[in-house]
Amino acid sequence: MDELYSLTCGQIRKLYNSNKVSPAEVAESVLKRIDAVDGKIGALVNVNKDSIKSQLLSIKDKKNGAFYGIPVVIKDNICVKGEGTTCASLILKDFRPPYSATVIERLRQEGAVLIGKANMDEFAFGSSCETSCYGPTKNPWDLNRIPGGSSGGSAASVCADETIAALGSDTGGSIRQPASLCGVVGLKPTYGRVSRYGLIAFASSLDQIGPITKNIEDAAILMNVIAGYDPKDSTSAKIPVPDYTKSLVNDVKGLKIGIPKEYFVEGLDREVEAAVKEAIKKLESLGARCDEVSLPHTRYAVSAYYIIAPAEASSNLARFDGVRYGLRSRGPKAANQHLIDMYKETRAEGFGNEAKRRIILGTYVLSSGYYDAYYLKALKVRTKIKEDLDNVFKEFDCVLTPTSPTPAFKIGEKLNDPLSMYLSDIFTIPVNLAGIPAISMPCGFTAGGLPAGLQLMAKPFGEETLFKVAYTYEQNTQWHKRKPRL
Amino acid sequence: MKKTNIDVVYVAKLARLALSAEEIERLGAQLNGIIDYVSELNEVDTSAVEPTSHVLPLKNVYREDKAGPSLPVDEVLKNAPSKEDGFFKVPKVIE
Repeated sequence: MDELYSLTCGQIRKLYNSNKVSPAEVAESVLKRIDAVDGKIGALVNVNKDSIKSQLLSIKDKKNGAFYGIPVVIKDNICVKGEGTTCASLILKDFRPPYSATVIERLRQEGAVLIGKANMDEFAFGSSCETSCYGPTKNPWDLNRIPGGSSGGSAASVCADETIAALGSDTGGSIRQPASLCGVVGLKPTYGRVSRYGLIAFASSLDQIGPITKNIEDAAILMNVIAGYDPKDSTSAKIPVPDYTKSLVNDVKGLKIGIPKEYFVEGLDREVEAAVKEAIKKLESLGARCDEVSLPHTRYAVSAYYIIAPAEASSNLARFDGVRYGLRSRGPKAANQHLIDMYKETRAEGFGNEAKRRIILGTYVLSSGYYDAYYLKALKVRTKIKEDLDNVFKEFDCVLTPTSPTPAFKIGEKLNDPLSMYLSDIFTIPVNLAGIPAISMPCGFTAGGLPAGLQLMAKPFGEETLFKVAYTYEQNTQWHKRKPRL
Repeated sequence: MKKTNIDVVYVAKLARLALSAEEIERLGAQLNGIIDYVSELNEVDTSAVEPTSHVLPLKNVYREDKAGPSLPVDEVLKNAPSKEDGFFKVPKVIE
């Protein structure tokens, strides 16, 4: 038998059902794997070694839970009561939330074992995991490269078999891009499908929590656990949640897939392009109808996003002021300083470069005299981007694109060039602006051995279509079975 | 194209963020570049377009005005950098 840590949720559930292994053995296998490889990768910022025993005791009566005995890693911007939750920022270094996020409550209810917290870009600001106050996570396929971001620790931990599954969050591609660069599966659900209660807010109109897993089946199993209405999040949707595992059907006959020409342009890596085009052929050979479509406002998505997201972020980050939680500056002026100085010094000490950049950018586009020119304009362009997609989904079941224009880039390559970093989200951002669901899955490798990923989008609450198409592609290919040598 | 020149010192004051001279210079240059880039949005005709601030067709969400349990005060204060008698403590606000 393969090592337990290398298995999927689906495989482990079968072993539990036939009483072949216990949750304690699976947890132990995962912890050993973390000890063996995380020194190289740095995917985790905290491992719950001390609480595993008590967690295993508390799940004893949850054998019928949908996530019974499955180890899961949590991105460090999702609150777990009493346990460090830092957003990879110095400003929250010692923060221990007094409550848990709704997704955590749901995981515990269904018997999950929380293994630890995953590294990320500070406050999810980034596409490389390099803006973390803990330092960068490495890509398990090439330790000189970034794992993607901002959920880079979550994706790298799944890829390196340091967990069975993980949760990430996605504001402009932060689940899908690292999933693509690490060769795993990542789903950004429809806005409102999963409660955001307890997710430390970046851009509230764009943020969603979603699964990062080793295959499509596991993403469906995890969505069954976390999706659904939550009275604590007034933007969560009062729409019944289907059993997503019922969508795991190996059949795409007659499905119509749109291929937007605006995603196959200059700047797209040739090997990534070739892999995605191969995938299109594969789906056609399995009976899907793929036709070119146009999403003309795609090219404006990055600009609209880098006004809207920093605007919302600057507003959300105003709460970090040294009063109620987190860091308070003890600088030279601290002894007898005025309240306003305490705010300023605390924020200067606690926030990293990218956070400061976004706070200033967001404050600027919201400030008097610039609001209409930038923020309101961006919201109107957002409408156009959403209309493009609405129109395509009138005729097509889903849209297929590359997830990221390039494979994983080198650590340090884009860190001092914010614009080039922002452009690495060019294919994932339109999905958040439109609020639709999208999934990334592996579809090939470059000659240098780096994963390439494809992205499938569907209309709002069309996750079932995504699972059906993704599952069919996966069942007829082998990419998801490749593992990095560590 | 019109070159942007953001008053970083003024914006930082609005954002309650202390910046060093080096940061003011570096952020200024980077942000001017970003704002120049995003000005491409002016190419899009949005004269007859409604803004999308939220993707869901939601208006105000109300609940019954019923008191429920709140977080315990001492639990919440555990994270406070400074506290006294069940309150958050801050430096003086008024001279």
